[in-house]
Amino acid sequence: MNSFASKEGPGTIQIDSERTLYPYVTGTSVVAIKYKDGILMAADMGGSYGSTLRYKSVERIKPIGKHSLLGASGEISDFQEILRNLDELILYDNMWDDGNSLGPKEVYNYLNRMMYNRRNKFDPLWNSLILGGVKNGEKYLGTVSMIGVHYMDNHVATGFGNHLARPILRDEWREDLTFEEGVKLLEKCMLVLLYRDRSAINKFQVAKITEEGVTVSEPYSLKTFWGFSAFQNPTKGAEGSW
Amino acid sequence: MDLDLNAPHSMGTTIIGVTYDGGVVLGADSRTSTGMYVANRASDKITQLTDNVYLCRSGSAADSQVVSDYVRYFLHQHTIQLGQPATVKVASNLIRLLSYNNKRMLETGMIVGGWDKYEGGQIYSVPLGGTLLEQPFAIGGSGSSYLYGFFDQEWKKGMSKDEAEKLVVKAVSLAIARDGASGGVVRTVIINSDGVTRNFYAGDTLPLWHEELEPVNSLLDMSSPEPMSS
Repeated sequence: MNSFASKEGPGTIQIDSERTLYPYVTGTSVVAIKYKDGILMAADMGGSYGSTLRYKSVERIKPIGKHSLLGASGEISDFQEILRNLDELILYDNMWDDGNSLGPKEVYNYLNRMMYNRRNKFDPLWNSLILGGVKNGEKYLGTVSMIGVHYMDNHVATGFGNHLARPILRDEWREDLTFEEGVKLLEKCMLVLLYRDRSAINKFQVAKITEEGVTVSEPYSLKTFWGFSAFQNPTKGAEGSW
Repeated sequence: MDLDLNAPHSMGTTIIGVTYDGGVVLGADSRTSTGMYVANRASDKITQLTDNVYLCRSGSAADSQVVSDYVRYFLHQHTIQLGQPATVKVASNLIRLLSYNNKRMLETGMIVGGWDKYEGGQIYSVPLGGTLLEQPFAIGGSGSSYLYGFFDQEWKKGMSKDEAEKLVVKAVSLAIARDGASGGVVRTVIINSDGVTRNFYAGDTLPLWHEELEPVNSLLDMSSPEPMSS
């Protein structure tokens, strides 16, 4: 028995010895909350290329079927591939034509399996995903990371959002937030991220999902505040400091 | 070679694709380098995929050539099956498929540009990793680093064909001025409903930038009264 027999099929060559890659075009934080009527999700529209803010109109929140919203940070090409896979999933589900439709719970589980299985092959999809939705009056909000870590909560975030936005949400989130209150709360988070995340850009989309359906807002920018008197001459009295 | 997660690979070349009212203009420099040596100073980085869709290639010459060869082959068959010219979207997606599925092995960033009867002129960017993005204009290659500010200022929607081409030539020329990996001539390809036009801008047809001097044949031809003043 030849102990060096290769297991590959005809014509295939295993070139990748180390399969964990690095991301190229990346999106930064996504933040999402449950509110009175459903889910609100916000993300900026940036696609960074290393430290360059290269693409400024990337849609990082997309509707999935009738009942879900998917937001992603990380490698954009992998996100686009995930969207294609989900598209196929929803299509095949619709083809049954049985009145049933894939809800957020099912999509979330599918995403979890997809991410975890790729992680086990040391070939991850380099994304942190947020899946939110409403079906039959029930609100779902969860997150799945590139290594398959997943959980559901009243408010979730990816990347920097975990460090900067979630503390704000832990303090100020309530079960009965109205749409207006929810948007204001998310904008508060996005503004902090804009100030403190180097890869954030000032162009956002906010998406809403309720029992009625999905809306993704037009891109918009937030006003920033620079009027603290301490900003005027910060090294006064301590020249040479910063 | 250490993997610095924050530094993108810089790729020799400057490539540009711009939409205008009626079509697209693609532009590129002509320098192919192996290390510090200029292997080809007049290369053609704007490659035909179909009659109506062209590709700007940057990064590894070998990788971009093989990808474009495969996509040209697939599009040829697709056109026969379809019975009409392939759309720009289909061509771009094929480029994306190869780039994405072979992302571990390839090092090439590309810009697809063309015209079809359904959507008119379109530009699609396919950078490293295989992301596909439609844009009103796109820049790529190592020389593009020097053009972000330029395009932020100078790009306008609804330009005419001549305005768009002038912009592209100016931009490639500016990038050549500062990027060591870009050089040679500026090639442009204009694609619209009337067809395809190839242009070539060299040496004295390009503007001079900061600290560049008017080229002469020899010191001895210079009209200055004191060419060798001490």
